[in-house]
Amino acid sequence: MSTPLLRAVNIHKRFDTVEVLKGIDLTVEQGQVVSLIGASGSGKTTLLRCVNLLEEYQVGEIYLEQEQIGYRSQGGRRKRLREGLVSSQRARIGMVFQSYNLFPHMNAERNVMLGLTEVQGKPVAEARDIAQHWLDRVGLADRKDHYPYQLSGGQQQRVAIARAVAMEPKLMLFDEVTSALDPELVAEVLGVMQALAESGMTMLVVSHEMLFVREISSQVVYMDGGRIAAQGPPRELFGQPPERLQQFLGHFRGVLER
Amino acid sequence: MGEPGTFLYEAWIARYALLKGMAVTAEMSFIVIVIGTFIGLIGGLCLQYAVAPLRWLVRAYVDIMRGIPVLVLILFTFYGLSLFNISIPAFGAGVVALAAFCGAHMSEVVRGAISSIPYAQTEAAKALGLGFWKRFRFVILPQATRRMLPPAINTAVEIVKSTTLLSVIGVVELLLATQQTIARNYLVIQFYLAACVLYLIINFTISQLGALVERRFAYIKY
Repeated sequence: MSTPLLRAVNIHKRFDTVEVLKGIDLTVEQGQVVSLIGASGSGKTTLLRCVNLLEEYQVGEIYLEQEQIGYRSQGGRRKRLREGLVSSQRARIGMVFQSYNLFPHMNAERNVMLGLTEVQGKPVAEARDIAQHWLDRVGLADRKDHYPYQLSGGQQQRVAIARAVAMEPKLMLFDEVTSALDPELVAEVLGVMQALAESGMTMLVVSHEMLFVREISSQVVYMDGGRIAAQGPPRELFGQPPERLQQFLGHFRGVLER
Repeated sequence: MGEPGTFLYEAWIARYALLKGMAVTAEMSFIVIVIGTFIGLIGGLCLQYAVAPLRWLVRAYVDIMRGIPVLVLILFTFYGLSLFNISIPAFGAGVVALAAFCGAHMSEVVRGAISSIPYAQTEAAKALGLGFWKRFRFVILPQATRRMLPPAINTAVEIVKSTTLLSVIGVVELLLATQQTIARNYLVIQFYLAACVLYLIINFTISQLGALVERRFAYIKY
């Protein structure tokens, strides 16, 4: 058996006294699309943010290709890595946010180029070519000179995807990336994600788009109250959901029966 | 040039003294604003990002400087320090006092601008793998600069006006030069008006320069 690309072991995370992750074990194999579903507050987004250390966690380990992310164990105690090392680990993980978070003072092209030139040290001309390529892939080649405020939400989110993917990450994290979008703009973003999934990108996705989750996921993970309550391939999980999941999926009945 | 005792005549006589005064005011303001801005950038960074003891230290500096009247600060620097056998010339004392004052205000301006940038911007930059200084330089500072410009211009103009207080320790800046001129010719209203105009020229220049820079950053929209 090959080693998994991402492995999270027994993750516990507290915000002050509230424990939001209560021992999560999760593996993502190379090329898989793993979707995290569950009610608000179930810990999906927090788990995703722990993976690239936007959140710290108190117990547990996360490995990307065998390398522990963010911490190292020393004599039984865990120590956080230096900021520089954390940054270089983050550079191997792409992340797309619910609210796009493009840099408002840079046009689309420079948004995509920043990481290439400043993190990867690529020459400007090469970075520009790569940016051009990815903006083209997300269907925005003609918008490269536009600033974020000149783009629709769906376009901004596609630039954000291009910005993350252009870094050629091992793993892409998607945090409810369509939740802030008008319904008619959701499809264009999901389309880009689907194309990425088909190209073999390993993805960890938090989403409320159940139809989409069912279509593209290799594995669906249902979280409830900071724990993984059920997981499995979408056909299995959606076909015969356990009781709690059945209740949760009830909210999406109209969508899923289409 | 008219008769002695008329404004134009007396102004012509005093022209070098007044322009010298104006030059001292401009020079003092320039030095103080440059040093103050430098202190402000470092102070603002410390207030926003530094570890606790350093942050408290800068916070104390800012609050103390902002809580003391500038005039007291100037008198303390000039006379107070000589009690400890530290004697600095009036101009130097003025630079020290006003730069300390300006730096405190600028620190708060910089901190305010940085903290007004949504944290999501920092997170997006972190997610790309940018380290602290690159995040600051490429993502936070350009956006913060736009927001700190209006209050920074405001502070700069306040500093120009505060230089008048240096007349009490004998720095012959524009106000003292004007008063010395008036002492010779008794044309009180005329020369104070002339001083007003000269101050307005300096401050108008600053606010116009500020507006120019602001326009350069106007492309940052949300």
